[in-house]
Amino acid sequence: MRRSLQFLLFTGVSLIIFMLLPLHALRAQQRSADELREQSFLFKSLQLTDLCLTTEARYTRHPAMADRHAPFQSHPVALEHFPSGSLILPLLPGRDRL
Amino acid sequence: MKRAVERHLNILEFTLASLLRRKAKNLSLLAMYLLVIFILASLLFFVTGLKREAAVILNDAPDMVVQRLVAGRQDLVPDGYAAEIAAIRGVTAVRPRLWGYYYDALNGANYTVMAGDDTTAISEKATIGAGVAKVRNLAVGDLLPLISYDKAPLLLEISAIFPSASNLVAADMIVISPVDFQQLFNFPSGQATDLAVTVRNAKELPTVAAKIAARFPDSRPILKSEIQRTYQSVFDWRGGMTLIILASSLLSFIIFAWDKATGLSAEERKEIGILKSIGWETSDVLLLKFWEGLVISLTAFLLGVILAYGHVFFLSAPLFAQALKGWSVIYPDFKLMPVVDAYQLAVLFFLTVVPYTTATIIPCWRAATIDPDAAMRY
Repeated sequence: MRRSLQFLLFTGVSLIIFMLLPLHALRAQQRSADELREQSFLFKSLQLTDLCLTTEARYTRHPAMADRHAPFQSHPVALEHFPSGSLILPLLPGRDRL
Repeated sequence: MKRAVERHLNILEFTLASLLRRKAKNLSLLAMYLLVIFILASLLFFVTGLKREAAVILNDAPDMVVQRLVAGRQDLVPDGYAAEIAAIRGVTAVRPRLWGYYYDALNGANYTVMAGDDTTAISEKATIGAGVAKVRNLAVGDLLPLISYDKAPLLLEISAIFPSASNLVAADMIVISPVDFQQLFNFPSGQATDLAVTVRNAKELPTVAAKIAARFPDSRPILKSEIQRTYQSVFDWRGGMTLIILASSLLSFIIFAWDKATGLSAEERKEIGILKSIGWETSDVLLLKFWEGLVISLTAFLLGVILAYGHVFFLSAPLFAQALKGWSVIYPDFKLMPVVDAYQLAVLFFLTVVPYTTATIIPCWRAATIDPDAAMRY
């Protein structure tokens, strides 16, 4: 087979896989609806406020309950030093209030 | 039509042969390009997946949480606050929440300990998250020994373990009865960590929050919308590590495109000169370079996105997990629900494939329009 046809075939297969990604995502979402319901039930029954993304620092375990000063309150010259602190920002001051 | 297709196939054939002649250079270029797309697409998938999951789950968060601040730090809320808040018009329920953190000196892990409802949580029994069960090697029926704040041992029997499907919510949780909670933390009775407030009409939430803040100046009401917004700004592009990943990926990409746009190597100029001298039109040379750019960029884009999808949704994003894990002893091994945002992928395509292909053509157009003799002598 000509090299150009081999390349077009390879690109075509990659393109088909690429186009199938949204379909796979949709199917996976339908399949995991039960899991999501379970998580939502647990969340509601325990009146939880935060997702468990990381457990290393209080203000990244419960960012919605922390404020912007929390990372610096460990001691008088405390610096924010947890790796997850660079990914998870604490609650922004209320813009949704009156 | 057939002639045009044949022409493109022939030029593509020549392009591939030309790329393979400089195999090491082009393969390393493809690998670097693929890596840039892979990292950007992984970040895109991870953030979109996380935000979608957060949006769905956080719909069930309390309408409002009321904290109390003393000297800039969160403090316990007396029961009297709950009674007065419950009397505000529009408030349907106020539930004092008892929760805190327990540091396990045995393994250095931090657990989130929460008191369940009187009706669901039984004394001396505990329901634990899959992360706690894994790190302490516990099963249903086992005993979980904890040391209370007055140094007395507290033995809790594991009544249930939250399924690993709920890791994103409860991996590090220990749910016990309010009595055990008070015993464990030597927690004063008649006080709560904070209050979960339910309001009948969501539109009244800001008004109720203002009334609470006016009645209790030391309180800090947090609305559900603020909780949801916290998670919508997780992995915000301005956040430290996200900014570094984005900046380094985009910078590497700009270096590629700059390298291509600023000029051709002497060998490439000579090749263009030879092609023109043997009868190739300028349009043929441009088509050749267009295919050259497209072969590299389209292959890198398609493979990069497909690999990123697998990395995030099948392998649970091990590259980003390391950053999230940090120094955590319990790391929730959660699987994100796959989400593909066509708009974001289109932006990624137009930010990477289009500029690269254009950057490949421009210097060739300059070289292809000059005299073949001059191009060969350059």
